[in-house]
Amino acid sequence: MKINININGREKEIEIAPDDYLSEVLRKEGYLGVKKGCDTESCGVCTIHLNDVAVLSCGTLAAKAHGKSVTTIEGVDKKAERIRHEMAKRGVDQCGFCGPGTIMSILYLERVTTNPTDSEIKRYLKGNLCRCSGYVGQLEAVKSYLEGGHNEVCE
Amino acid sequence: MKYVNDSIKKIDSDALLRGKGVYTDDLSPKDALWIKVVRSPHAFAKILTVDDRLTMRVPGVEMVLTYKDIKRIPFTRAGQNYPEFSPYDKFILDEYVRHVGDDVAIVVAENEKSAEMGAKRLKVDYEVLEPLLDFTIAEGHSTLVHPEEDNFIPVDSAGYQREKNLAGEIGFDIGDIDEALEQSDVVIRTTYESQAQAQSMMETQRAFSYEDVYGRLVVVSATQVPFHLRRTLARALDLPMSKIRVIKPRIGGGFGSKQSVHAEVYPALVTKLTGKPSKIVYTRKEVFKGTTSRHKMRFEVTLGATKDGDLLGIKMNGLSDTGAYGEHANTTMGTTGKKVMPIYNKVKASSFHGKAVYTNNLPGGAFRGYGVTQGTFALESAMNELAEKLKMDPVKLRERNMIKKGETTPLYNLIREGLPPEPVYMNSCELEACVKRGKERFQWDERNRRIEREKDFLKKKGKARGTGMAIAQQGSGLPKVDMAGATIKLNDDGFFTLLVGATDLGTGCDTILSQIAADALEVSMDKINIHAADTDLSPFDSGAYASSTTYTSGNAVIEACRKMRVLITEYAAKVLEEDEEDVSFQQGKILTSAGKELSLEEFSKVITYSLVYEQLTATGSFVPKIPVPPYMAGFAEVEVDLDTGKVELLDFVGAVDCGTAINPALARVQAEGGIVQGIGLALFEDVNVSSKGKLKNNSFMQYKIPARNDLHRIQIELIEGHDDTGPFGAKAIGEIVVNTPSPAIIEAICQAAGVRIRSLPATPEKVWKAMNNRHYVPEK
Repeated sequence: MKINININGREKEIEIAPDDYLSEVLRKEGYLGVKKGCDTESCGVCTIHLNDVAVLSCGTLAAKAHGKSVTTIEGVDKKAERIRHEMAKRGVDQCGFCGPGTIMSILYLERVTTNPTDSEIKRYLKGNLCRCSGYVGQLEAVKSYLEGGHNEVCE
Repeated sequence: MKYVNDSIKKIDSDALLRGKGVYTDDLSPKDALWIKVVRSPHAFAKILTVDDRLTMRVPGVEMVLTYKDIKRIPFTRAGQNYPEFSPYDKFILDEYVRHVGDDVAIVVAENEKSAEMGAKRLKVDYEVLEPLLDFTIAEGHSTLVHPEEDNFIPVDSAGYQREKNLAGEIGFDIGDIDEALEQSDVVIRTTYESQAQAQSMMETQRAFSYEDVYGRLVVVSATQVPFHLRRTLARALDLPMSKIRVIKPRIGGGFGSKQSVHAEVYPALVTKLTGKPSKIVYTRKEVFKGTTSRHKMRFEVTLGATKDGDLLGIKMNGLSDTGAYGEHANTTMGTTGKKVMPIYNKVKASSFHGKAVYTNNLPGGAFRGYGVTQGTFALESAMNELAEKLKMDPVKLRERNMIKKGETTPLYNLIREGLPPEPVYMNSCELEACVKRGKERFQWDERNRRIEREKDFLKKKGKARGTGMAIAQQGSGLPKVDMAGATIKLNDDGFFTLLVGATDLGTGCDTILSQIAADALEVSMDKINIHAADTDLSPFDSGAYASSTTYTSGNAVIEACRKMRVLITEYAAKVLEEDEEDVSFQQGKILTSAGKELSLEEFSKVITYSLVYEQLTATGSFVPKIPVPPYMAGFAEVEVDLDTGKVELLDFVGAVDCGTAINPALARVQAEGGIVQGIGLALFEDVNVSSKGKLKNNSFMQYKIPARNDLHRIQIELIEGHDDTGPFGAKAIGEIVVNTPSPAIIEAICQAAGVRIRSLPATPEKVWKAMNNRHYVPEK
């Protein structure tokens, strides 16, 4: 079957099987920033935006995206520059495998909350697992990003 | 410009965070055949027949391979230095399956879905055997996990006895332990057990392979050990090592899981047989049931001390469950003894004995901390019991007995055979500073007073708080075992190519080694292009394990750069027609005593294109000569819910001595990440099997790793230290950081709720049952 999706601002017609998940379809289309880590919607590395809402693409049937817009990490390259910087300067990108998905969740958090508290930030991002960083520096990065990114690394 | 000790951004961070296709699966050829492994539903069985008729009817399926199709060659997946201290007890495929999830057959198809469907339709008949699941009765049990007789271990003295289910045994005694215990006023005898823990890196095991233009087998893999992988594949596939090339791209974490050789054998085999490119990507479920986890271990600890708190003797007897295969069985147990015991160097006697037994549980393997985590949990928990019995501050008990700067113990000479007999002095040991600064940062005394004050108030709310602490050490690489090479090449515009075999698995070692090279050559970092790792191009490196990279590979880089500086001076003297003594290479420039100056750009162009016609290349190699342990002190405060047994870790302070931090931001993240893995070990992570050996938790839904909202405050104190043998004074940090959370947290729970949890993890159920005086029996 064929579906029409707007991916990162470009209209695409894609041939899919009814049981294809969006993560696989996007990867086949070359959006390699969409990672696969768990197959059970429980690690967050495949996070994308579907009609501007953060979703887990490994648990979203591709057919469900028909007629909708999809944003992947490749589609927020410019927008994510500052959060990338905040993460990288603290070294909390580490292996990087969870990075794109986490950034997609951070951008969603930024859009739907105002002045979130630490626990709100943690709650919004809790589905994005990271085994390397221990989350401490990532929280600092998110806070600094939301405050405008002027804070230096605190030791 | 200095780069060492500066928090430089990781040089690959932009590519990683922008989602570039830089990991193994991103790079796999579009036409690669997909491989799926058919896995055993039984903990122990013999394969009788395999019927692949239905599988072969699935459109797209190309072939099915069982043990009958593969040459029988025993090998070990351990991915260790050669010869391995691990038994050669694995076959690519075998007629016996020894744990639920063990490999039965592989199905190869044009695409993933066909391979999956084909695997589902494979009909396998088994003779189901009674599994051996209880590791406490495994030694000498009538059920033999490895009945086959072609297994062997390539080294002496590792204690391997297949016919007794023993995968490894280790022991040493210094002094007379019985006498030391007899002379003690206080003796603690206690037992601690730690569970199997899953490494849980975000990127699962994956690999692809293809034949190159010369017909050689190229394997691209998310591996921590490219060179050990090449050697292991050569043996398992019966190919000359020269016909195999291993390339490591970016890796999505490993923590030891990717030290073992798992997924790679299948695509390598399929490409060898078909000549076609092939790939495998493990599902998360397969990682849980088809790879390895931290060895479950139990230690009986006996401590003897005077009434003033002077430790006289330590005795540890350990038992490790290596599961179905013996990879890392002997070495994790050995590491436990040799890296846990020396921290208390003032004892009159030490005795350590440990065995690792086969069972039909999931195989144990390498996991950050590598036995030291398990042993530290047992010994430090026993020390906390001793402090309680002596009514002594646990910090004071540590300060009285722990190793201090400049001191030694003969135990350090045991770490590796072949080390010199002279005492090894811990000249860079900052453990005292770790304890002092950690205590201050944690406000140990003030906090304990505050908790005492608020006790009744909290109790009314059904809560109780407590604190605990622990100390630990680890290693920096393996002395006289694991070596690293580094090659540096001067290019024709004054920049360098740095070739290393070291494996950046997310730790940032490509960045750290570039920082080291830039400072060693006194050039700016943009003049260093690092390349790692490719067994065709990189010099040998044992790989990323045993906390080795910064120390071992870093020293190799320094040696290569030292040689390069000599070469530059020598050739600059030729170009400038000066005596070598009158030429120097400083701050990236060639200077003569007469005041002439030549830039590296000009020099490299001249020697390449006009005058000397010489490619300057230098290689350095390094193997650690002595143990260089990093140290740590950890402090925890918990709140226990007295109604439910739930434990919240409110605060954790980790003070770490890693010598010079080459990159303080990355060192700090290592500490934070390792501590959080230790918290998971202490409180909830548990690879759990049913009475039939079936895994109960094979996804992140059931196997919980720490998420953001599980954590409160974590504070890191990096102690400024300097080790003269390390690159710019650096020691390791990778593993040490995972060791202190579990004993510190268990002690804090004990101080809060009055119950001592002796088997990890301290789940609410266990804590509640202990508080309610009900003996905890693990659910079968």
